[in-house]
Amino acid sequence: MIPLTWYLVLSAVLFCIGLYGVLARRNAIAILMGAELMLNSANINLAAFERYVAAGSVAGQVFVIFNIAVAAAEAAVGLALILAIYRSRDTVSVEEVDLLKG
Amino acid sequence: MLQYAWLVLVFPLAGVLINAFFGYRLGRRACGALATVAVALSFLWGVGILAGLLNLPAEAREVHLALWDWIVAADLHVGLSLLVDPLSVVMLLVVTGVGALIHLYSNGYMREDPDYARFFTYLNLFIVGMLLLVLADNFLLLYLGWEAVGLCSYLLIGFWYQKKSAADAGKKAFIVNRVGDFGFALGIMLIFATFGTLGFREVFERAPVTLQAGGAVATAITLLLFTGAIGKSAQIPLYVWLPDAMEGPTPVSALIHAATMVTAGVYMVARTHVLFALAPVSSAVVAAIGTLTAIYAATIALVQTDIKRVLAYSTISQLGYMFLAVGVGAYAAGIFHLTTHAFFKALLFLGAGSVIHALGGEQDMRRMGGLFSKLRVTGITFVVAWLAISGIPPLSGFFSKDEILAAAYHSGNVPLWLIGLITAGLTAFYMSRAVFLTFFGDSRVSHEAAHHLHESPPTMTVPLAVLAVLAAIAGLGASAFNGFLEPVFEGAHAAEAGGLPEAALIALSVLAAVVGIALAWLMYQRRAIAPERIGARVPSLHRLLYNAYYVDYGYQRLVVRPLHALAQWLARSFDLGVIDGIVNGVPALVSGMSRRLRGWQSGYVRRYALSLVFGVVIVTTVALVMVRTI
Amino acid sequence: MLPTLSVLNLNGAVPQIAVAGAGMLIMLIDALFHRGSRRWAAYLALLGLAVALARVVESGASAETILDGALARDGLGMAFALVLIVAAALSVLVAMDYLRREEHERAEYYALILFATAGGLAMAMANDLVAVFIGLETLSISLYVLSAFFTGDAASREAALKYLLLGAFASAFFLYGIALLYGASGTTRLVEMGTAIRLAGTQADPLLWGGVALIIVGVGFKLALVPFHSWAPDVYQGAPTSVTAFMSVASKVAAFAALVRLLVVVLAPAAPLTSALLALLAVLTMTVGNILALAQDEVKRLLAYSSIAQAGYILVAAVAGEVGAAAVLFYLLGYAFTNLGAFAVVLAWSRRGEGRLPFSDLAGLGFRRPWTAAALSLFLLSLTGMPLTVGFVGKLYLFGAAVQAGWTWLAIVAVLNSVVSAFYYLRLVVIMYMREAEMPLALQRAGLALGVALAVCAAGVILLGLVPGVALDWARQAVAVVLS
Repeated sequence: MIPLTWYLVLSAVLFCIGLYGVLARRNAIAILMGAELMLNSANINLAAFERYVAAGSVAGQVFVIFNIAVAAAEAAVGLALILAIYRSRDTVSVEEVDLLKG
Repeated sequence: MLQYAWLVLVFPLAGVLINAFFGYRLGRRACGALATVAVALSFLWGVGILAGLLNLPAEAREVHLALWDWIVAADLHVGLSLLVDPLSVVMLLVVTGVGALIHLYSNGYMREDPDYARFFTYLNLFIVGMLLLVLADNFLLLYLGWEAVGLCSYLLIGFWYQKKSAADAGKKAFIVNRVGDFGFALGIMLIFATFGTLGFREVFERAPVTLQAGGAVATAITLLLFTGAIGKSAQIPLYVWLPDAMEGPTPVSALIHAATMVTAGVYMVARTHVLFALAPVSSAVVAAIGTLTAIYAATIALVQTDIKRVLAYSTISQLGYMFLAVGVGAYAAGIFHLTTHAFFKALLFLGAGSVIHALGGEQDMRRMGGLFSKLRVTGITFVVAWLAISGIPPLSGFFSKDEILAAAYHSGNVPLWLIGLITAGLTAFYMSRAVFLTFFGDSRVSHEAAHHLHESPPTMTVPLAVLAVLAAIAGLGASAFNGFLEPVFEGAHAAEAGGLPEAALIALSVLAAVVGIALAWLMYQRRAIAPERIGARVPSLHRLLYNAYYVDYGYQRLVVRPLHALAQWLARSFDLGVIDGIVNGVPALVSGMSRRLRGWQSGYVRRYALSLVFGVVIVTTVALVMVRTI
Repeated sequence: MLPTLSVLNLNGAVPQIAVAGAGMLIMLIDALFHRGSRRWAAYLALLGLAVALARVVESGASAETILDGALARDGLGMAFALVLIVAAALSVLVAMDYLRREEHERAEYYALILFATAGGLAMAMANDLVAVFIGLETLSISLYVLSAFFTGDAASREAALKYLLLGAFASAFFLYGIALLYGASGTTRLVEMGTAIRLAGTQADPLLWGGVALIIVGVGFKLALVPFHSWAPDVYQGAPTSVTAFMSVASKVAAFAALVRLLVVVLAPAAPLTSALLALLAVLTMTVGNILALAQDEVKRLLAYSSIAQAGYILVAAVAGEVGAAAVLFYLLGYAFTNLGAFAVVLAWSRRGEGRLPFSDLAGLGFRRPWTAAALSLFLLSLTGMPLTVGFVGKLYLFGAAVQAGWTWLAIVAVLNSVVSAFYYLRLVVIMYMREAEMPLALQRAGLALGVALAVCAAGVILLGLVPGVALDWARQAVAVVLS
């Protein structure tokens, strides 16, 4: 059987890729995707722990389902916002969204 | 009568509310009259309280009035409760008595100011705060009053806020007092942590048991409290706000910055004498700072040319005397000097105000002179106040100052006494200088001002006359006054007489006064010794004194500017994100390169994300490192 | 095995059901018969909140679980829920005239406020990390949408985008932390998790401590603690003012409720670590928030930095753990009135179509708008911590709790910070009363609802400042009943 560590490493790698995406990309959609990737890496953790540490309780898996729903809602709102900004500004680069500062 | 003592608070409070909301609708006369009557009623009620207190046997003259429970919780109980005892009644009468006179004077002085309602609202609010301060029965209420009078003080210093110097002076007073209040608040917190209560009675009863005499806690509490007093009562090193506070209207200078508020620190030390008795180090600090301030401010006053600034430095110096008194345990003497000082210093300020009023705003003594014959009432009353503050018997200042000097001498600390004596001489000198330059000699008044020269209206001269009488005769009640206060300070001090006999001490202090006056007479009246020559002989000393030892300048350079720069820097670098703050500053400087710099400069959202990651790294690192140590 | 209805104990979830149900009803009615004024939506929202409030108030000091243990109905949860509902109701009142004035009166505004409140209620009563996370996300997503509510306004859109991107980012850390804690303890139930941690002792388990750290990050983001604060000023400034008002209070109440419960129920054995971490954050938050507030020249942004600093003060009592819980609750109650009131004045005075309220616009308003100016002065004095206002009593309790728990130095830093804060709060008062207006603003008359909200806030600030005893006893008794 694949040991728990592998899952944890996979999740950590995914988390870091997502983190990189958020920090390095200028495109708002890409940043959103990075954040979603980070959320999903946590989901892998939850599922893995459920299997290896807390066998018998369904909490981990149910939580994952919830998280997918939450992430979908977040993405929906985010895309709507990005679309609105694109319509008025013709760009999805967060670089150019800098009215508010100081 | 005594259980209705709270009414003294209600009158001025009603004045505040009515004037705040309907002041301008009432009209100028009614508004001023209302404010004055409110304080006068408080004074009359205060006299009634005094009578009630005198009816009680001497040892029972301590009445705690619990009016209302403010904070009631399991571990903290603070009520709006008043303490009526000889000390608070004396303060009550000084505040309302002098306050009522100054309110009356303001009716004349502020006759032409369009903002009269605002002025009288603040002034009445000040009276409420001050009464709360002196009547408080616990530290929290004391603090409340303390903050309230501070607030009124800033508002009134900056009353003519259209003038930049006035607005700045208000700001300065606020900032400097924050420093002192911070110490004061910490002291109160420490009291609460130590005693679990903030009530005066409980704290003072438990203090001898809970606190170790001379211990660290007692010393810390008293020193922190004294920090508050240093700020409020303008002692070294926090005195710098008071000279600038003269930007406020003159009645305000008289009431708040001479007679009452600035003496709150002295009152507070006297009120907490039980704690100071347990901390000899703190008491010594109080006496030392007081003495030092007394002579220091007196030397500055020697060369000032603005009449109000002379009086301001004189106030600082006299407050130093009071701290000297309470520092050596002569609490009654300190409060007695506080009282007489309230009379003669209020009189001096009001007199100066009358002169300034008559001259159409002129404050420079070099452009006065020979006013005595033109301003009769002002002149005569000013002379009375001058002789009183100089310590000429049998005027009030003589008695109160002599008591302090004697107490200092008997405390065994001869240097303090000697400095006090020298300061007495300096005081007589600079006050005489002010009187000669203002009222006697040749007139140096500008032609235009001389044309308008007129004595002030009766609303202004009547308070002068009343205060002059008080300043003249108050000293005669010295023994009755001390006997009345005695029970409050029971066992506070018992300095045994010894060394020089009493008569010799009195003779010395009168001598100091006479020498000071004579010297000033020779220099400024007879012109036998030209003061300019002395100034020219030691130009650096004159400059040093004239610029008040350059302390303001030093504060500006050493404290204010670095702090300002730090705040600016922090604002700039943090505001734009810690990481790229510097990069972001560049485009502003090199505007031509901004476009290219933006090319590789990260966007704002990502910078925020980066600072968040930065936080995550810190928090997780701390967590993972700390967990190995616990 | 399916849980039966009795296990679900739906009766206990009436507050959430009422609030969320009213929200859905508003959406439904608006979709079916939308025309004319949207006042009815506000009234319906108030009705839903009133039902929830009644249910919260009548529940005694018992500790039971609902929804099969996902939520706790205990004193702590109910008390924070009460504060949250009061804040939501005041926010509705504040928004009514404002939305009409800005021509953005739409029914879904109130529905979103209700959904956010329902999320906050779940956080306040959560007994399960799943519930904490779902509650947090419900609250957050509603707030993202609300931030963007002024669709034509670029600042509003930008605020929402920043909030969403950073919020999603922070949520990921939070969720990762939850996953680690789940791995360390094998459960998501707070009570069981607490037992597991107690049994395991506090030895170096990187899963556990990494999880704790990341959860603090997640909560810290919601509370805008430094260095997780950078979103707050921009979002507070860009979002519609009525949303800012709601957000600045509701987020804090919900997040502090969750934090306090975590500290008391789960992390009590790890108190040395969590306290040290929170103390560090508290010092940073108070200091940076205050320093940055000093540099502002616009009221809304000033209040944003001020509310960062305020979170720092509250955190000082949270450092004290169980001892400080009552102080946190009481302060939040007072803060709800104070901050909502202050933002309400900003919203009444700001120019139409513009959220900003530059300092210069305040000049002379002290006399031209005596009542509103007096109210704003009151709120600012309370934020400063002047005696006789709730801010003073609240701070006394916050810092007192820290001293009691042995964190004297932290209390001193906090006092020093509140001394500094007086500068920028009182500066506004000075400008209102002591400066003439160069170009007087054309002010609209404040509507009735706004007037009511201001009056309630002012009354709350004064009453809680004058007679805090009742509320303090209530807070103390409430937090003593915790499901554990």
